[in-house]
Amino acid sequence: MAETKSVIGTQNKKGQIYTDTWKMMNEAPRTPSFFTGSEVIKEAIRRASCDVMIAYPITPQSEAAALIGELFAEGYIGDYFRGESEFAVMSQCAGAAFGGARVFTTTAGPGTMRAMENFPMWSGARLPIQMIVTCRGINSPLSIQPDTLEIAYLLNTGMLVWHAETAQDFFDWILKGYMVSEEPDVHLPLALCCDGFFVTHTKDVVNLTPADMCLPPYDPYRSPVPCMDMECPPVRMMRDPFVMKSNYISYATHASWQQEIWAAVERSRKHSIHWLNGLIDTENTDADIMIVASGTAVSQGREAIRLLEDEGIRCGLVKVKTIRPWPEEEIREATKNAKHIFVPEFNVTGWLAKEIKATVPNHHRVHAGPHVCGGMTMPPEIIVSEIKTALGMKTFSMAGRGS
Amino acid sequence: MTDYRVLPGPEHFLPPAAASMGIRLPNPGEAHINGVIASEEKAYEEAARQFLMAKVPTIFPGPLVLWAWNEKAAKKATAIRHLFNTLKECVQPGQKPMLIPMPDYRPKYPKINPEVEINPNHPNLTIWHNKIDCCVFVGVHCHQANLSLKIIRGGTSCYTIAMCAQAGHEDAMLSFRDASVEKIMKLADTIKRLKGTVQPRLSAKNGASN
Repeated sequence: MAETKSVIGTQNKKGQIYTDTWKMMNEAPRTPSFFTGSEVIKEAIRRASCDVMIAYPITPQSEAAALIGELFAEGYIGDYFRGESEFAVMSQCAGAAFGGARVFTTTAGPGTMRAMENFPMWSGARLPIQMIVTCRGINSPLSIQPDTLEIAYLLNTGMLVWHAETAQDFFDWILKGYMVSEEPDVHLPLALCCDGFFVTHTKDVVNLTPADMCLPPYDPYRSPVPCMDMECPPVRMMRDPFVMKSNYISYATHASWQQEIWAAVERSRKHSIHWLNGLIDTENTDADIMIVASGTAVSQGREAIRLLEDEGIRCGLVKVKTIRPWPEEEIREATKNAKHIFVPEFNVTGWLAKEIKATVPNHHRVHAGPHVCGGMTMPPEIIVSEIKTALGMKTFSMAGRGS
Repeated sequence: MTDYRVLPGPEHFLPPAAASMGIRLPNPGEAHINGVIASEEKAYEEAARQFLMAKVPTIFPGPLVLWAWNEKAAKKATAIRHLFNTLKECVQPGQKPMLIPMPDYRPKYPKINPEVEINPNHPNLTIWHNKIDCCVFVGVHCHQANLSLKIIRGGTSCYTIAMCAQAGHEDAMLSFRDASVEKIMKLADTIKRLKGTVQPRLSAKNGASN
């Protein structure tokens, strides 16, 4: 609608060239680099044409937040500051996004929980903020170690929720995430999650796009809701808020508003498939045994498959990339041949297994496990052991070592 | 694939968003009719037919075209006025084309004046009051358009059309996407071309059902 000229091919103030995102992500040369996940977040944001990043320290995302401060000092970010708390940060992110900025933030564990009130507000206001969630323990007694329970709390906020396995996923999905969440028919916040420490604090080879290329800037005039200005501040929307009225149409309007948020999540499906090359990745879908996992549990599952192959047991894999939108049809199709579906997870409740049980026919096939939590690692051997036990095969107990 | 179709209501106490029922938006160069992807050519003809059949065909322009905040908006507004004038020229006696703006998205309490405006939070009031049985949304922000279209589908039998500048609307019975001055003019041309070929449903119950 707005008369914006294409900036593709022009330079920003740092000399980076605004590049067609598809070309940048799929055709531009990549440079292998040995980085931690936190450093990869910095490198993605260097190329993301972000207007505002708001930070608050909480392990294990603090390093990434600090590194992005360096980007601000170098002139790659329009504005950067520390909020008073996670709740304040997420509220300030909303303010920046209402004003038409491309916004980025990072959080983790109790910080995610503290800020929770803001997330349905972001979705309801159709703000395409990107938030990195470096998952860690959330309950008392305190733990800063990897644990994915906080993702379960994000699933019904109306945000898009993606779960990265590797630092490479992280680099690519930060950039692609803006392309999906800023589509006018989507225009929702994205929680891009990873397993804290396992991804943020370990080094891996990551193929980076050229540092002199960057995303086209966000165009707030494509927003499905009016951009905030002096004529249309959010408070005017609330002058006669639905909540103050008690009649059918006020309730129906609010209900329709909620439905529209979830309709937008549905619409993100098409764009996510386009940018992520599908909502899931699969291997050996003709196998009787399937492992379905997200995050670093996928890596452990892959290694378990290799160990099982050494014993002549064939096993397939489904890597779930997006939790919202939920790849219902894809998972049903990928597991249709499976007699057993194992769901290894780094949390105590098994939220992913519950989603899968609600998705596949004959859900008695789903084995919710193995689970670890509170920072425990998940040796591939315990996945192997879980599978062999379910198959009635002799196995060993890692916990049985020692005197 | 889904069996769900986006049809005139009244559909339900709280009808679902069409996207949640599996209806997908058209790709560039396409449109949808009742939730089924169709060519734009077919959509122009169907939209024109619906307008020519309606007793009270109505255009609802939104804030994106009500103010000349850029040159393109001003041109679109001119095209919409042309569409309205074309409609008035092409209808038969007994048909009553209307042009009712949606100037403001804030809920209007205690009472909206449905003769002069429509509001996305209670659009059915304007549909009912004016007995509108076919309408087109143009220049309305997508979120507000979807709210309106779904509420209209829930409580009225009005046939809804969206001339969307972005990706289109599943909650309309017919939707164009990437709407431009040219597309608005082409709809006007199609109405002119089909003039006299469509019988208006003047005797039938109109859109102000329930």
